Amino acid sequence: MTPSIETRNLTKQYGQHRALDNLSFSIPKGSVYGLLGPNGAGKTSLIRIINQITGPDSGEVFFEGQPLGPSHIARIGYLPEERGLYKKSKVGEQLLYFARLKGLSQEEALARTKDWFIRLDIKEWWNKNVEELSKGMAQKVQFIASVIHNPEFIILDEPFSGFDPVNSNIIRDEILRLHSEGATILFSTHRMDTVEELCSHILLLDKSKMVLEGPVKQVRDEFKTHLFVAVTKAPIDFEKFPWEPNAECMNLEGQDGYKSSFRIPETRQSNELVFDLIQAADLVSFAEELPSFHDIFVQVVGKNNLAL
Amino acid sequence: MSKISLIIQREYLIRVRKKSFLIMTIIGPILFAAIMILPAWLATRESTENKVMVLDRSGLFANKFQSSKSILFENVKGDEASQKQQVLEGEEHNLLLVIGEVSGQNLPDIRLFGQSNPPLEVISVVEKQINGELKKIRLKSSGIDPALVESINPDVEVRTSVLSEEGEKDGGSLAATIVGYGAGFLIYMFIFLYGSQIMMSVMEEKTSRVVEILVSSVKPFELMLGKIVGVALVGLTQFLLWVVLSFAVSTAAGKLFLDKSKIQTETQASVGKPDIETKAESKGMAMISELKNVDILKLSLCFVVYFLGGYLMYSALFAAVGSAVESQQEAQQFMMPVTIPIILSIVLAQFVIKDPHGSLAFWLSVFPLTSPVIMMVRVPFEPPVWQIILSMLMLVAGFLGTTWLAGKVFRVGILMYGKKVTWTEIAKWLKNG
Repeated sequence: MTPSIETRNLTKQYGQHRALDNLSFSIPKGSVYGLLGPNGAGKTSLIRIINQITGPDSGEVFFEGQPLGPSHIARIGYLPEERGLYKKSKVGEQLLYFARLKGLSQEEALARTKDWFIRLDIKEWWNKNVEELSKGMAQKVQFIASVIHNPEFIILDEPFSGFDPVNSNIIRDEILRLHSEGATILFSTHRMDTVEELCSHILLLDKSKMVLEGPVKQVRDEFKTHLFVAVTKAPIDFEKFPWEPNAECMNLEGQDGYKSSFRIPETRQSNELVFDLIQAADLVSFAEELPSFHDIFVQVVGKNNLAL
Repeated sequence: MSKISLIIQREYLIRVRKKSFLIMTIIGPILFAAIMILPAWLATRESTENKVMVLDRSGLFANKFQSSKSILFENVKGDEASQKQQVLEGEEHNLLLVIGEVSGQNLPDIRLFGQSNPPLEVISVVEKQINGELKKIRLKSSGIDPALVESINPDVEVRTSVLSEEGEKDGGSLAATIVGYGAGFLIYMFIFLYGSQIMMSVMEEKTSRVVEILVSSVKPFELMLGKIVGVALVGLTQFLLWVVLSFAVSTAAGKLFLDKSKIQTETQASVGKPDIETKAESKGMAMISELKNVDILKLSLCFVVYFLGGYLMYSALFAAVGSAVESQQEAQQFMMPVTIPIILSIVLAQFVIKDPHGSLAFWLSVFPLTSPVIMMVRVPFEPPVWQIILSMLMLVAGFLGTTWLAGKVFRVGILMYGKKVTWTEIAKWLKNG
């Protein structure tokens, strides 16, 4: 299937500073693609190129297989990290204006806006000025502005910042709904829990370069530590146990029992460990400890920084 | 294209619907009418009446003083001390005029007493009337009939005519000066008022980050153009409303005032009017007839061209400034070079008026940044047509040039946050853009 977005050797230079260095990746259609990286890694530069706010110095971008062009603007939605609305304008009018700028007709813009007002239950806001809204309310309006034209490709820059947990969930559900209706989503975020919860693919940028890319599962596998955690009802007698546990996690007493962790050498299988554990004590749980994206992020970016 | 018209529409509507627009639209003509009517009204207004008691020792001037609306002369007799006492005890506006004896060629000793320093107006009227009377007496004693002198007193007036291929027509330098300066000043004001509105609106979009959404839908250049045209239409609307309302208010007020002044003239005529006033009135009449000689069509055409051209050129520059800065204080620094040519042109306009066909006038009216004001000042003086055409072509070139430059700055500046912009930085944008 043609990827939603594909870049080839994308490079962007700002004076002396190289913002993007030879980026080649593709965003599969229907994916939730996480764009990660520390501040100043080049995320905003990349987003601005996809949005056609700026152009690359060299390299190409393809949208649904075609070279990215002005006709694609109406098919892309963008929620900027720096939120902004006209403070002294009415909410309804403002959304209509943004929708029409994206190329919707007056009638269509009106219908879509009304639809969103009903969906998010904010009908009474139509004639309010934005300055009368709370920050969270304004965020909702901003979110509507970025997806009002039903884009196939949605770029969300830190979509949950500024939302309380309740509204955060409402927005997450809306994002998932749009995704289930076929939209491809590009997430730019620092929040690794979001990545773990929502993303199917990730791209990690650091110092203008691509350092990690691929499906979430594949990336995780790459960073597997082969660490397994077992919880048993009674402590294990390690004098007699055939496996060497991790020094930090040896019969740690918890609510469910005693926790121990083991690193399994590549020559052996986890089932062998389970077999021995069952004989040593009543096994409550046994699971592989997968690296969190937070760990991966810190590990990769940290290493990258040390190397320089 | 349709996106630009959307932007124009929005920029226009949000401004026209503002309360401040409505207030300005109403207050403008009232202010204008007030400026026109107020001096005239002040002149016809009842002023405080000064009562001058004349104690004439010479016996030459009694009954010769002519009372006017503001000064009432009254002959008194008796000794000076008791009259002074009366002044001291009487009202504040009571004055005592004591005229001494006249002998031969000696001038009389004349004194005016009051509770405080008497008004200058009274002094000058007294001096004028006594001088006139003395002149008559002296003429008589020399054997000359004062009526004869009056009849041979010349009062010339120079009328100007402009020669051209189509023949000659009545000129009007005074009217030209007033019309030219007025038109130039209007353009100056309009550029400042609405140019800075553009700047503010660009700054608002930049600091509120709305621009991030906008530029993902439209090109920055389209955004800039849409704003400039939208605000220009607001200005034109306001201007048209002002013209219509000013006309209405002035006519109404004028009617009211004219009726009053008619009565005034009639009453004054019966009292006897000093001749200076008649002269001033005839000057005013002359100016009004001169105004009729100004080529209204040409003037209006030029006004529209320079009004729009100047505004468009400057507002592009103002937009560029607004895009580069993030605060008012920063804006001041970058506004300076933009405002200098326009301020300079209004300052230099007075020299241009004195010599409307000189080389200073020519160069300033060809240079695009000064031509909108300067050429407008010159047009009523009928500069050569080729100069007007050259100036207009230069203005169009200037507009295209500044818009192109401003567009470059705008495109980079509008998305540049958290960085204090310097001139070298802007130069870099221009080079790389």
